Amino acid sequence: MSSITPEQHVVSYGKLAATWLALMALTVLTIWVSFQDLGIFRVWAALSIASLKSGLVIAIFMQMKYENRLLKWLLFLALATLAIFIGLTFVDVLYR
Amino acid sequence: MTNSEATTVQDERGFWKDTGKTGITSWIFSTDHKRIGFLYFYTVFSFFLVAVILGILMRIELMAPGRTIMGPQTYNALFTVHGVIMIFLFILPGFQGVFGNLLMPIQIGARDVAFPRLNLLSWWIYITGAATIITSLFTGSGPPDTGWTFYVPFSARTGTNVTLAVFGVFLIGMSAILTGLNFVTTIHRLRAEGMTWGRIPLFVWSVYATAWVQVLATPILGITLLLIIAERVLGAGLFDPGRGGDPLMYQHLFWIYSHPAVYIMILPAMGVISEIIPVFSRKPIFGYGMIAMSSLAIAAAGSLVWGHHMFTSGMSDLAVLVFSFLTFVVAIPSAIKVFNWVSTLYKGSISLEAPMLFALGFILLFSIGGLTGLILGSAATDIHVHDTQFVVGHFHYVIFGGSGFAFFGAMHYWFPKFFGRRYREKLALAAWILLFIGFNVMYFSMMVLGVEGMPRRYYDYLPEFHALNLTSTFGSWILFAGMVIMLVNLFHGLLRGEPVERNPWGGATLEWSIPTPPPTDNFVEEPVVTHGPYDFKGSGIP
Repeated sequence: MSSITPEQHVVSYGKLAATWLALMALTVLTIWVSFQDLGIFRVWAALSIASLKSGLVIAIFMQMKYENRLLKWLLFLALATLAIFIGLTFVDVLYR
Repeated sequence: MTNSEATTVQDERGFWKDTGKTGITSWIFSTDHKRIGFLYFYTVFSFFLVAVILGILMRIELMAPGRTIMGPQTYNALFTVHGVIMIFLFILPGFQGVFGNLLMPIQIGARDVAFPRLNLLSWWIYITGAATIITSLFTGSGPPDTGWTFYVPFSARTGTNVTLAVFGVFLIGMSAILTGLNFVTTIHRLRAEGMTWGRIPLFVWSVYATAWVQVLATPILGITLLLIIAERVLGAGLFDPGRGGDPLMYQHLFWIYSHPAVYIMILPAMGVISEIIPVFSRKPIFGYGMIAMSSLAIAAAGSLVWGHHMFTSGMSDLAVLVFSFLTFVVAIPSAIKVFNWVSTLYKGSISLEAPMLFALGFILLFSIGGLTGLILGSAATDIHVHDTQFVVGHFHYVIFGGSGFAFFGAMHYWFPKFFGRRYREKLALAAWILLFIGFNVMYFSMMVLGVEGMPRRYYDYLPEFHALNLTSTFGSWILFAGMVIMLVNLFHGLLRGEPVERNPWGGATLEWSIPTPPPTDNFVEEPVVTHGPYDFKGSGIP
């Protein structure tokens, strides 16, 4: 079993704190954006910030950054599928 | 790989022998993929027979205008339950659960799947989901009457027992995700030495593509069904425009899963056909790589076409255009498969035994189903036939004429392997003829009725549709007679059939190289693969 267990990677407190701060800043940005009149771009702005936030959580807190390439590809495949599903749904919602 | 050594049923009972546990526990707590495969078989097939009876009852109701044997509410419940059972309890778990379990590990040279206990858990979750759905029919305020699609706003408002039924389907979805995960891992990690990606049988390729669809698409169904429950129990207003919700969002979410689900039903069926055709044509398959890749292409492109179920829903025109185009794209890999099968037949030494007849039936009926699908996928024509009997006919051509016939074909093809006995060939031929004729009489009439304008999901119709409805009902009786003969023949073969050797058809895939029935560990010694799955000469088969 030990041969397939990935090595533990210890992330420094500084890095974790910086990520946390970045997440807080992005949350503030989310709230600020929601008050701006961006029209059609409102959803895109909210989704972009949300993607960035979840990306940070996955990469640093969930340590995906230090995983092997196969796992990264699997995650990418799942997320890309989700993005395509959401994108195609918007072809309807945005142009109805 | 000693094909010449004939091991008969009298010498060895293989995995049927007692495994240490006794009675029913040796089955329901077994982690052997073959036993789990049979658990799935007996359960899904029992549900199939129940849903067949419901179908026959619906056809009897429709044999004459007006009330014949039931009223509208019973009819609504009947078509809902028929659909839910056939889709969620039979054909969705059917191929992966039964033939994926029985054959895939053997065909890649493995002793079992990657996670045998998870495999057993999948079956248990499936059975729990099935029991929940069955309970929903007899409890609360009557069986669901929404159709198998559970469309809002009706499913959120109807007083019938939708909540429990939907929860049962949620559980079935969970079981499918676990099976998909297990199969993807198995195919990646447990292939025997020499079993390269270019040598895995095409059935395994199709199981692999299907498993990915199960893993990626089923969670969306789970979430969607939970949203219905949130709507009904908590009054969430997610799909209620009066409260900022969007009823079309339900249709998007439902079909994002349910259209790929059609490929969960048909892809493994195509895999079965790709196994049968070369063996009964005595020729290597034409275009192995193209068939394998087209499975993946169907799985990928088939996940992007869900909007063609919504052309008349009020969706945006741009979306109609995009989804119509994408639907046409899926026809390409499907056609690649059909052309490759037909090319394999070309100049082959064809022997028309039962599995081959079902495979040929599949090609014709699936082609009709596929081409009528283009009429529905094209937005302009879809508007005319949407929600008519044409859709019912088309769908049954694909799923019954396609997947159903492939399922029967697979039953006949692998029957001797697992039971060590043979059924009667002539009786199988008689059953096939009745099934084929009955099927076409029943469902072609429906397609004509649809073009003439008869809507679906009504227990009554205008008098001018009488003749074709009567014809369709007669067809259902012929079809049923064929099914009874087929089952009697298989059952008789099981008990009294002539014992067979390990490789009665002369197949070159690994399952034919091991004793009949397969031993518990599948292989007496670790297999080393030195040739492709359809290289008959390389494996010493005349």
